[in-house]
Amino acid sequence: MDGERDPIDAPVQAEGSMSSGKDRVLEEVAVQIHSDTDIVAARQKGRLLAASLGFSSSELTLIATAISELARNIVLYAKQGEIVLRLCERGDRRGVMVRARDQGPGIPDIRRALQGGFSTSRSLGLGLPGVRRLMDEFEIESRVGYGTTVTARKWRR
Amino acid sequence: MDHETREARTTFGTSHQMSQPTAELLRQLVAHLRQNRTQLREEWARRITEAKLLTAMTKEEIFAEATSVYDNYVEALETGTFEALQAYARNLSERIIPRGVETHEVVGIVLLLRDVLARSLFAKYQNDFALLNRILDAYEPAANRIANTVAVGFVQERERVIREQQEAIRVLSTPVLQVRERLLILPIIGVIDPQRARQLTEQLLRGIRTNRAKVVVIDITGVPVMDANVANNLVQTVEATRLLGATVIITGLSPEIAQTLVTIGVDLGKMNTVGDLQGGIEEAERLLGYKVVPLAETSELRT
Amino acid sequence: MEVPILKQGPYLIASIQSALSDADLVQLRDALVEQVGRLRSRGVIVDVTALDVMDSFATRTLRDITFMIRLRGAETVIVGIQPDVAFTMVQLGLKLEGVPTALDLEEGIAFLREKAAGPNKEANPRGR
Repeated sequence: MDGERDPIDAPVQAEGSMSSGKDRVLEEVAVQIHSDTDIVAARQKGRLLAASLGFSSSELTLIATAISELARNIVLYAKQGEIVLRLCERGDRRGVMVRARDQGPGIPDIRRALQGGFSTSRSLGLGLPGVRRLMDEFEIESRVGYGTTVTARKWRR
Repeated sequence: MDHETREARTTFGTSHQMSQPTAELLRQLVAHLRQNRTQLREEWARRITEAKLLTAMTKEEIFAEATSVYDNYVEALETGTFEALQAYARNLSERIIPRGVETHEVVGIVLLLRDVLARSLFAKYQNDFALLNRILDAYEPAANRIANTVAVGFVQERERVIREQQEAIRVLSTPVLQVRERLLILPIIGVIDPQRARQLTEQLLRGIRTNRAKVVVIDITGVPVMDANVANNLVQTVEATRLLGATVIITGLSPEIAQTLVTIGVDLGKMNTVGDLQGGIEEAERLLGYKVVPLAETSELRT
Repeated sequence: MEVPILKQGPYLIASIQSALSDADLVQLRDALVEQVGRLRSRGVIVDVTALDVMDSFATRTLRDITFMIRLRGAETVIVGIQPDVAFTMVQLGLKLEGVPTALDLEEGIAFLREKAAGPNKEANPRGR
């Protein structure tokens, strides 16, 4: 893809604004995603990290599954990317941040991607509405030809 | 203003950061408050009663607490540190919240104390206006911070207690009952919010696993109203239960809630619903292969 | 990582021991289909008790297994889905529609027996 800036390809920030500026980072680890085995590694690391904050067992499963879906999107569509896992603090709340970043083809229609759910014969869907349901905060930035970044956070109750 | 702010900053660093004049003034102030302790405390307690605050406590109790608050207050003024005061405020809150003391009362009594002390300073230094001003400059920021510390401590404790109580209510009001082998009943009563719905589902799923239930009867007779979100949660609960190999029977579905379900796209034909709880239990027993027979008969129960 | 598949009478039991990568899941699918054909098994139980995450790929593969094995005349039942996992799955919208499920191995075998007994017997309406 060449670097043409077509107005249609302008970045779409579909969900809220990046509020991470106010968050304090307690711990951070990045997992490179190249293949399906990395998906398992990323979600297991995520589970371990989130467990240190005292999330309940069902919340840990939610987080691990969200990571799995996001990491899989990277493998399917961008071939490679990274998952950044972060323990953060905002005010008196602590939580986990999952950021899936890739330099893949980007998502042409974010609005539509966020509308659909999983259909029983899903092959091209991204499952993003599902991830959004699982997490407390969800932000996505994507630009065709440049890549996609999905950031999701879950806070400890 | 600038002068006051600068003084405030030096007063609330550690003692050795205090400017000389401020430290000296505070010393005078604290000495005065200690000397007149008995009288000022009594006046304060009197004004608390006059203002009809702390009505949940007896006069003796008020006086006892007043003594502690007063001493902690003066201590905080003297040292400029607030850990002891915060700890005391939390401790006090823990004691008085179960007595039904409200936030406005706690804020009220602290402000009254600030008032009582300020007036006594006025009385003492009324002949030296310049000195009075300087004393007040030293006193005011400290007094305000104390009021704030106590109020915030109280509110935080109150919020913690409320959260605990809500949690207890949630857990108590959603019992998963095992009435027969392999049969669970979940009677839901009251209005459900999404968080409670989530907890209900988790409790139910764990119960299915623990009790090896094959049929679950969810009775929503006691649920007056359900919005689309909670209706969704109910549908999800049914689906999750199926994943654990159990069947769900919903009883007590009101026409209004049935409508909500249809609106969110649920095919009621696919859902196993029965009019009332009794009917639901009977259906569950039928599914489990139970046959209720009179004692006289000795027919074999299907396993 | 290969999933051990045991033969128990007319049934095959695949017990998943730990987290499986996508490739492992596909391998399991192919192995089950092959063995059902070769051994003329009547039923397959896939025990997912040890899976702490069931995501879209795992769900799709389990469905594929069920349908492919049905084409060979045998029935599949998934057992041991953990409460937390079930909860997460429904929130993601993964329903395992058309795939029979049971609580555990014991229930799974009971289900396969009932299925084999035929539609005349009053059976539990699971797998709806």
